[in-house]
Amino acid sequence: MDSTHYVMGTVCGPHPFPEIVAWFQRIIGEEVRGQILASHGKLPSRVYACVGGGSNAMGIFQGFLADPQVELVGVEAGGKGLESGQHASRLAGNDASPGVAQGYKTMFLQDEDGQMRDTHSVAAGLDYIGVSPMITDLWQQGRVRMTAATDAEVMEALDLTIRQEGIIPALESAHAFVQAFKEAGTLPASEAIIINQSGRGDKDIFTIAHAFNDPSWREFIRAKGQEYDA
Amino acid sequence: MTLEQELRTKLAEKNILLMTHLVVGYPSLAVNREVIGQMVAAGVDIIELQIPFSEPVADGPVILKANQEAIDAGIRVRECLEFAAEMATTHPIPFLFMTYYNILFKYGVESFLEKTRAAGLQGLIIPDLPPEEGEEYLAGCRRLDLAPIQIFAPTSSSERMCYLASQGAGFIYCVARRGVTGAQTRFDREFDHYIQRCRQATDLPLAVGFGISSAQDVAMLKGRAEIAVIGSATIRLVEERGPAAVGPFIAGLRP
Repeated sequence: MDSTHYVMGTVCGPHPFPEIVAWFQRIIGEEVRGQILASHGKLPSRVYACVGGGSNAMGIFQGFLADPQVELVGVEAGGKGLESGQHASRLAGNDASPGVAQGYKTMFLQDEDGQMRDTHSVAAGLDYIGVSPMITDLWQQGRVRMTAATDAEVMEALDLTIRQEGIIPALESAHAFVQAFKEAGTLPASEAIIINQSGRGDKDIFTIAHAFNDPSWREFIRAKGQEYDA
Repeated sequence: MTLEQELRTKLAEKNILLMTHLVVGYPSLAVNREVIGQMVAAGVDIIELQIPFSEPVADGPVILKANQEAIDAGIRVRECLEFAAEMATTHPIPFLFMTYYNILFKYGVESFLEKTRAAGLQGLIIPDLPPEEGEEYLAGCRRLDLAPIQIFAPTSSSERMCYLASQGAGFIYCVARRGVTGAQTRFDREFDHYIQRCRQATDLPLAVGFGISSAQDVAMLKGRAEIAVIGSATIRLVEERGPAAVGPFIAGLRP
């Protein structure tokens, strides 16, 4: 402990830890920018990323901060809906207010006394009371647009990507897909967008299958359980 | 009389002072009242009233749980201020608030400090507010004659200690070791060296806390520090043996 500092995995906490983590995450944006220029010969019109603490979003957004024509879209956990109170939308909803906790100042989901509230999301990685002060700053400047996707919308988007694309995004990343799917149809076909699939859904396979309430999955789990009981 | 002067007066009669701590609203204000009554009767010199916060980053499992349960039971900041005023009026010893910065920030730093002063409290311990970020707080404390207690840790450089001391008043809270509240502390040569560094950085009285739970611990601190801080130990005691056990425990710490 004399020579070691604890650094959170996300772009939160006291200065300079958010900037340290953001600096490392920056590789995502740099690589993606290079790749889309190589494959499409132009920049995307929009970049979508889910926002819990904000590390994947800061990572990819940093590749495009100097490109004002690229709109940056963050997607928070809408949980059971922004009106339900059971969500983790700090910026897209109206329930958060400025606070100072866990060593940093940002928008927190808290009550009038400053006690942090319970949050809810189907995605554990987005289920958090605070959000990166760097994301909050970009949002206040108008550089990042913040939106939210509900648990139900996330399951719909997952169903689509699994059936149509054969990919299982992480529940967190699926939030970014929801917003992109909502908006893609309104854009001309000539434009390109980027969705950050920040994680794979393999880790969420039990949560996803449970949420889909798939009968054959339930049967499979029951049979497996019996094997262990025997 | 400033808090420091009041402590110096007490130190003329006692070779070490006792500061105790409790979490307001845990398990209830009624039990808090009884515990404080026992503490004062048993000779406690200062009491820290912790206003519960949902993210008590400096606290270990015992105080963390007390914070959470007090909040779950519905305690409000307004009630803590009222309770503190009641205690400070009832008992003839200094009371301090201990809490985290968000409680002040949401209440409004100026008005929180004014309420603290009006309640008759003498200072505050805000462990997650470095002086660099606390200009408004420090100015408010100076204006209202409240002691903004600063905290030293074994990881603080001597230069840092001098800076913290220059921003503080009342006494310095010396965290006895790395980590959070509630676990055992070893009083070894390394600890002595740390206390020497604390002493070199300030003329203010030194309070030592984190892991102080027995008469032996208090005896070890005599001649090293001016104030022994008992935190998690009394909370644990009330949980296990009820508030009536607090008086004899405190009396036994300084035989």
